[in-house]
Amino acid sequence: MELAVLVLILALAGALVAVALVFLRHRSRTAAPRLGTADRSDRVARAATTVLEEPVVEETPVVEETPAVVEAPPPVRPSFVDRLTRAREAIAGPFRAVLARGALDAGTWDDLEDALIGADVGVELTGELLEELRGVARERRIEDPAVLIAALKELVVARLGGRDRSLRHDADATNVWLFVGVNGVGKTTTVGKVGHRERAGGQSVVMAAGDTFRAAAAEQLATWAERAGCDFVRGAEGGDPSSVVFDAVQRAAARGSDLVLADTAGRLHTKSNLMDELAKVRRVADRDPGRVTECLLVLDAVTGQNGLVQAEQFTAATALTGVVLTKLDGSAKGGIVLAIEHRLGIPVKLVGLGEGVEDLVPFEPVEFADALFG
Amino acid sequence: MFEALSDRFEGIFSKLRNRGRLDERDVDEVLREIRVALLEADVNLTVVRSFVERLRVELVGQELSKALNPAQQVVKAVHAELVATLGGEAVRIIPAAKPPTVVLMAGLQGSGKTTTSAKLAGWFRSQGRQPLLVGADLQRPAAVAQLRTLAAQIDVPVFSAPDDVVASATGDPVAVAAGAVEEARRLGRDVVIVDTAGRLAIDAELMDQVRRISDAVTPTYTFLVVDAMTGQDAVTVARAFHDTLALDGVILTKLDGDAAGGAALSVKEVVGRPIAFASTGEKLDDFDLFHPDRLAGRILGMGDMLTLIERAEQVYERDQAEEAAAALLEGRFTLDDFLAQMQQLRRMGPLQGLLGMMPGMPKEIREAQIEDRHVNRIEAIIRSMTPAERARPELIDASRRSRIAVGSGTQPQEVSQLVTQFSEVQRLMKRFGGMGSKRTRPGRKDKDKGRKKSGKGGGRVTGKGPAPLPKVDFEQLADRNRVPGGGLRLPGLGGTTPPGLQ
Repeated sequence: MELAVLVLILALAGALVAVALVFLRHRSRTAAPRLGTADRSDRVARAATTVLEEPVVEETPVVEETPAVVEAPPPVRPSFVDRLTRAREAIAGPFRAVLARGALDAGTWDDLEDALIGADVGVELTGELLEELRGVARERRIEDPAVLIAALKELVVARLGGRDRSLRHDADATNVWLFVGVNGVGKTTTVGKVGHRERAGGQSVVMAAGDTFRAAAAEQLATWAERAGCDFVRGAEGGDPSSVVFDAVQRAAARGSDLVLADTAGRLHTKSNLMDELAKVRRVADRDPGRVTECLLVLDAVTGQNGLVQAEQFTAATALTGVVLTKLDGSAKGGIVLAIEHRLGIPVKLVGLGEGVEDLVPFEPVEFADALFG
Repeated sequence: MFEALSDRFEGIFSKLRNRGRLDERDVDEVLREIRVALLEADVNLTVVRSFVERLRVELVGQELSKALNPAQQVVKAVHAELVATLGGEAVRIIPAAKPPTVVLMAGLQGSGKTTTSAKLAGWFRSQGRQPLLVGADLQRPAAVAQLRTLAAQIDVPVFSAPDDVVASATGDPVAVAAGAVEEARRLGRDVVIVDTAGRLAIDAELMDQVRRISDAVTPTYTFLVVDAMTGQDAVTVARAFHDTLALDGVILTKLDGDAAGGAALSVKEVVGRPIAFASTGEKLDDFDLFHPDRLAGRILGMGDMLTLIERAEQVYERDQAEEAAAALLEGRFTLDDFLAQMQQLRRMGPLQGLLGMMPGMPKEIREAQIEDRHVNRIEAIIRSMTPAERARPELIDASRRSRIAVGSGTQPQEVSQLVTQFSEVQRLMKRFGGMGSKRTRPGRKDKDKGRKKSGKGGGRVTGKGPAPLPKVDFEQLADRNRVPGGGLRLPGLGGTTPPGLQ
């Protein structure tokens, strides 16, 4: 933003407000006292820290040790369809309308469109999918609605196919897995569950409470770390998240742990200062001996078309390597991940199917499509 | 908020602007585009369908007003539909006849219940009430700790289970909620806000639990907290909670992002309950009653002068505002005044939000990222000037300029940029004042005169001078917020992007 333009905008804005106010002074004055502004400056302070590059260790972090006793039960992988049956029954399957028709007609295509849009696939991708499906239907002379839906499923699976959905783990570095996303999608819980999984798989894990903003976020992660038997590093509330992550990497390197799971504060992708802060966290985490091998966007399955914008912005700031789709058991939808994979090529790697620790599972395109079109 | 939808509508309407008449095919085309715009904004499919159908009846079936051009007709019809869909005026919160007033908060995980509970407590406090927050979320680790931290910031007490019970995650939220009402009576608190655990609408067990909480406290108000970024499922969720709890309203959170906010449009239509409050930022006071009627104007890019003025009234002293306005319009506007202006503006909230509320602001400005540190720089420069320099910027020569630059930690070019731009603005304001003063200065007496002219387009060009400026009639401007039709441009900002603004 150029200074000169800013002056113009500010002056005009001021003029407009002042003059309008004089005119409307007859309006009764609503003298509701504003709340205290004590917490006004915090975000500004955070913004300021993003400019700084080098001083990483500002606050002395509290390193909490938790005994690494863990009897790892072999994780039983729940199936999508089992888990989602509840949700699918609660939300009457929109595809039933298609099946109920018995034969294909104009209404079939409208119903399919409704079903896809209703699953948050988005208008544009829905159009593309149906266009493709029409071609397939003509080619194969499909007349049975059930066969048509199966063909649609195939198209979706084909679009989701051929991607590496494993979580990368390098043997020669301290791996950092960074979890990012907007507020309330379940980042902290996801870090807890992934930690549990990796710990059960025999890894030595350090959790970094990089959410220094939300009240009690560190306590929440501490509870998870304790349950999972992971090491845990936190900083001061309101402190610099980069320094927390840096310390976690140092600690992991010193103790021979090779995986750091870094939680971050939820932030809206429109706040450029907070996105800069996140980019810095990633840069700092990437310094030797640390290496960011996964940067995962955590996305709530009920998210609508805004999910695509989120993915765009977060990948611009932190170069995402994958998506974690949480709370899928609540909606049996999450069609927005189709758009994200399609537009941005970012694969979904993990899916949350319930509240239990074992309910965070690898993403399976076929099962996802089955659930989506159940 | 709502920029995405707003931009889409702007695109649709601008295509119509030069059209003489609309035939049925045009209407179909417009409706199709509106349908896509709404769907992309996550408005529920069934809501979109009925919205578009009603709009079709409006546009095709009726004798259309001859005074309005097609674009204006469509804007007017869409505005009316939006207002109808969003549902009229703001909800009025009436305290229970027999205190305490109990408010129950419910919602999905991660919709923002805990933060919103604290914000609501803050709101009640600003209304002169004595709220008590209740931590009945015994499920999520540290949820009660989060509530306690937030409550401490606004100085509101918290009631919950004993710490060891909270830590064990086995406490009974029903008992906590029931105990809280007793506690409130004992402490003399007249509002009780119960924060519950997030739950899925399909989880029968947890839905039964929240029903039992509700039965135990018989809430005066039950609010569903909904994330503005929710997709098509928002309606399913709202319906499920409504069936279980009989909602009184919805609180929309995370509106400060770029979510199109389709959920806001859908929920009212499907569940029949209005959006009562909206949360528009992370600070605890970024929270207020929701005004659906004003939102419609905002979605259609007509600004929201009423909210702007309400905010201004809280910040500006009356005399101060009059003085500032007079100074502005007469061209006696110094850098000191500018500094004072700027500080008042900043007290009204984030500049970004303010610009979004101004009618007729070009899209580029609404979307410009104005950060505090940019504004801080301007402030620093002005503060490094002597009083004489502030009154007469033309005094600033090369040596003064470098002194100011050093004093403010900026570059001399930036100082001269500021000075040049400021004298531009001064000139602009003088013109603007000279033209508007006859009608604008005496105020009320000439109010009607201004109003008669409001049927015509906003900006007329004077035709004289090197940089003709449109007249701005502020009465009309405020009216425009209620009566849709055409955008009003600020002088000098036209529809074009000012240089240097990306």
